[in-house]
Amino acid sequence: MHIPDGYLSPSTCAALYASAGVGWYAALRRVKCVFTTRLIPLISVFAAFSFVLMMFNLPLPGGTTGHAIGVTIASIILGPSGAILSISIAVAIQALFFGDGGITTLGANCFNMAIVGSLMAYVTYRLVAAGAAISSRRRVVAAAIAGYLAANTAAFVAAVEFGIQPLFFHNARGVPLYAPYPLSVAIPAMMIGHLAVAGIAEAVIAAGLVAYLQVADPLLLGNTSGLSDSATSTPVFVPQKSLRKLWLTVALLMLLTPLGILAGGTAWGEWSMSQVSAAADQKAIPTTSHDQAQPSSPPAGLQRLCSLWTAPIPNYAPEFVKSPRFGYLLSAMFGVGMLMAFSLVIQRILQRRRTAGQP
Amino acid sequence: MRRHDTIAATLLSLTHAFGTALVSEQVARRPGLLQAFDPRVRVIGLFALVLAVILSHRISVIVALFVVAVLLAVLSQVNLKSLAIRVWLMVLLFTSVIALPSVFLTPGDPIVTFPAGALHITAQGVTTAVLLITRVETAVTLTTLLVLTTPWMQILKALRAFRIPQEVVMMLAMTHRYIFLLAETAAQMFESRQSRTVGVIAHSAARHMTTRTGGVLLSKSVELSNDVFLAMQSRGFRGDAKTLSEFRMRSLDYIGLLSFLLVGVVAVWVGRA
Repeated sequence: MHIPDGYLSPSTCAALYASAGVGWYAALRRVKCVFTTRLIPLISVFAAFSFVLMMFNLPLPGGTTGHAIGVTIASIILGPSGAILSISIAVAIQALFFGDGGITTLGANCFNMAIVGSLMAYVTYRLVAAGAAISSRRRVVAAAIAGYLAANTAAFVAAVEFGIQPLFFHNARGVPLYAPYPLSVAIPAMMIGHLAVAGIAEAVIAAGLVAYLQVADPLLLGNTSGLSDSATSTPVFVPQKSLRKLWLTVALLMLLTPLGILAGGTAWGEWSMSQVSAAADQKAIPTTSHDQAQPSSPPAGLQRLCSLWTAPIPNYAPEFVKSPRFGYLLSAMFGVGMLMAFSLVIQRILQRRRTAGQP
Repeated sequence: MRRHDTIAATLLSLTHAFGTALVSEQVARRPGLLQAFDPRVRVIGLFALVLAVILSHRISVIVALFVVAVLLAVLSQVNLKSLAIRVWLMVLLFTSVIALPSVFLTPGDPIVTFPAGALHITAQGVTTAVLLITRVETAVTLTTLLVLTTPWMQILKALRAFRIPQEVVMMLAMTHRYIFLLAETAAQMFESRQSRTVGVIAHSAARHMTTRTGGVLLSKSVELSNDVFLAMQSRGFRGDAKTLSEFRMRSLDYIGLLSFLLVGVVAVWVGRA
């Protein structure tokens, strides 16, 4: 798909340089904000990786072999902006250092593979994998579809660029001056190879790498997963089994809460005003307090402050529940529910702040 | 090709990159005409000639520019035999495959009609095929001359002089450096796999092995990027790239630049439609 010099007219090259320039500018601005000082090493190393990946001779179903572009995995890990830059850098080095692809067609090659390819790969992956957990099989399928569509869309755009050449650029005798085939020939000729081989290569490598990352390095897939931070980390780092165990343990503890009724007496230091005044407790308290004598009357501070707040469910016994055991159970459920709601609210607030902090 | 030769094919691709880089470094060190010019002159001059090739509509003018390219190659001590095998033959084969059907498919004045009567070779078809082949051959030769006679770091310095953002130039420099490191790592992984292979690897197993190798390489790349970032930070990097400009244009460079531009302008003028 690397178009060499000579296939496209100067005006087509200029138009595609301009289009690619807009893409590069927008991508650079966006990536600078997201990655800040990490930008240069991250994009550079990823461009080098994409470059090396393009050299892999990939065995494909059916017995053929093909080469991937690497644009899909770049879009999935870095997002479209990072992928546009890293693939453009790789394509530029191929042209300027290895002589693969032209200098005048560098803008066209970057536009087709880096910009169109990245955007198509990213949009497809996000749409197909929407809402799927990081470890979901759907993400592998999404990567494969994204890879296939990205490679073929980039090829289609290149075919259109080829196909418009004889239409606009020919001399007085009707001799095409650049790529000689019209759209009716250029599109099928270009697409057959990409639909049958190059698209499959991109799909296979993208799906294979996503499947590998799901096991080996799932954090890398979190950047473009579309899931919240907690959602991306939970299924990856906390296995589903341990979460289930946690919920079972909480449920069991809630069921065991009525055991508290079996213990006699009052928890030390948790006396209410009535307990401090009650005659039975007046005798019981010193035995658990190293025989310290109780004051003859309840402390004045306790008297003053105890009426400041009245609990809605005093002594874990809601007024409308007659059975103390059921009251304990209901109180436990209510308490756990309150804590969960509270933690969800805090989590939501923190997420909103984090999103607001991002440009 | 045997089935497990896909590993060998990948190894060949990876080592080819090293080979290209080595040849480029060797040629760039030789004393020659292009090597004597300031890198900016080489970049602008050869780019101007490529542009002239593309703007020109006459085969004769493009052939003349091809002769100029060959002369430049000879004067810059570029091995013509290597150029013929690596560039001319490859481009001829590739472009001919694309251009040949146009001889029949391009509508125009028939010069040869096959007995069946449905297939014609048209004058316009022949002209467009020859035009495409000569244009691509000449443009690729000129680009190869730039690549062979200019070390990568000098190309980057020239790009800086053209006001390309520092971040982009730095990324190009770092990418070039790490391509070789990652290519070597990948080659070692494939070599180690090949050394442990007995018999024939099934096609699907070879595919899984290649994608897994890609995955490991990806993890290594991310680790490498983090290490490089920390190393850059420890040296005081805060996101701004600062470089020294050591270029000085001499009279020879101005003469070279004017010559390139003159040849380019004349070619465009003569080769206009």
